[in-house]
Amino acid sequence: MKSALVRFLPLLLIALLWEIAPRVGLVSSLALPPLSAVLSAWFELLRDGDLLTNGASSLYRASAGLALAIVVGAALGVFMAWWRPVNAVLGPLVELFYPMPKSALIPVTVLWLGFGDGSKILLIFLGCMLPVTIGAFNGARGSERVLIWSARSMGASRLRVLWDVVLPSAMPELLNGIRTAIALAFILLVSSELIEARKGLGSLIGFLGNNGSYEAMFAVVLTVALLGFAADRAYQLLMQRVLQWRE
Amino acid sequence: MARVTQATAPWLPRLASRIAWGALRLFPIVLLGIGWELLASSGHVTPFQLPRLSAVFIRIWDDAQTGELAINAGLTLYRTLVGFAISVVGGVLLGAGMARSVSIRWFFDPIISVGFPMPKIAFLPIMVLWLGFFDVSKIAMIVLDAIFPVVTATLAGLNSVERELIWSARNMGASERELLWQVMLPAALPQILTGLQVSLPLCLIVAVVAEMAMGGYGLGGAMNTASRFADSRGVFAGIVEIAAVGYCLIKLMSLIRRRLLLWHQEALEPTTA
Repeated sequence: MKSALVRFLPLLLIALLWEIAPRVGLVSSLALPPLSAVLSAWFELLRDGDLLTNGASSLYRASAGLALAIVVGAALGVFMAWWRPVNAVLGPLVELFYPMPKSALIPVTVLWLGFGDGSKILLIFLGCMLPVTIGAFNGARGSERVLIWSARSMGASRLRVLWDVVLPSAMPELLNGIRTAIALAFILLVSSELIEARKGLGSLIGFLGNNGSYEAMFAVVLTVALLGFAADRAYQLLMQRVLQWRE
Repeated sequence: MARVTQATAPWLPRLASRIAWGALRLFPIVLLGIGWELLASSGHVTPFQLPRLSAVFIRIWDDAQTGELAINAGLTLYRTLVGFAISVVGGVLLGAGMARSVSIRWFFDPIISVGFPMPKIAFLPIMVLWLGFFDVSKIAMIVLDAIFPVVTATLAGLNSVERELIWSARNMGASERELLWQVMLPAALPQILTGLQVSLPLCLIVAVVAEMAMGGYGLGGAMNTASRFADSRGVFAGIVEIAAVGYCLIKLMSLIRRRLLLWHQEALEPTTA
């Protein structure tokens, strides 16, 4: 308990500074509203239901896009490692599209699917798929030949080997790829909502900022940041659970 | 060993096989381009949804002729690279400080571990509020996003330098400064470069998003304008341009990595670059 306090003391200090600096006039309270004002604005937003409705639509978009990216991306990656012709065709394409800044796709997805959920889900799906694919590919390709050979020699079918040997040994790298994808999903979600959307936490930030209600804007920004942080932590815990079988 | 055999191998067949491999790898990409062109001219999609690839290239050519492409790409690159440079210098300094001093580490460790997984792009409106609409806010946003991978990679790299290296350097009378510059940092370089390779694409992503959100010149801003005016050729031209810039930057980074790490074990391994 005490060690945790010492460890997170710097964050507390920053929070304290955040509260005090605008109060004593060190910075303008317009540029940085005191933390307590931000917190009360947060409760206000929660009571209005603004936070919940926008948060729900953001989370829906992020999770739908991510789920698609994980399923399609992992299947693609394992397939590429499993069957050489697939790799020959898709490998160069993956290499071409992987370095592309995915934020460039924001206007196109809007062009195709409009301002609603569809364009965000498509964007997150496209943007998050390749890290998953590459993780799955590297993991599956790295599965030890000896394990595959022994499974084959013991009479396992190719599909069975895929399911029981290749997939588990691809797991660590695949899960790492998914972690990158989660971080990317939040970036893409927030930026696409900031740029063109009518719902969602990102658009709420833009709306409040344009209205000049900066306390509320800071509150939503903090909410988004903490959501991203919490998602990463929760995923790390899950990863530890899933990978328990590896010492 | 590998190097010697490489140097004595006849270079002509080697070159030929490299070209053949390159052509083979290019094939799916060419196929994709042809597919795009055919789909766009088949009438199943409107030119608004998907303009023809050739039309997009013509558009890029026109932009290049009027000089707009150079201005936009130059501005985006400028913001990206300045942001990247600040992230690299600041990140390596901060990482080195954290590795050396307990109190610096105590202060920044929780900030980094909480700040790294946060979607910092959400702070964009705050940056605009503080620093205005121009380059400073965009570059600050880039640094805010791109510095974290550099710090963690530097810290991890410096902490995993082999004790024996440090002991022998000390034993031979290296001062603290020489130790840092001539032993610790080079030994940590592979990990630091990995951090930079994570950080550089982030710089470009954030630069494009910031430009899109704030408008004005730059590849992202141009795409935003095109999208507002329902100019889908401009939008797709933007995608191609941004993709090309991203591809070049990443290839350049991996070239630099190979150049800097010629002395390292990994230079002998086959690379995909």
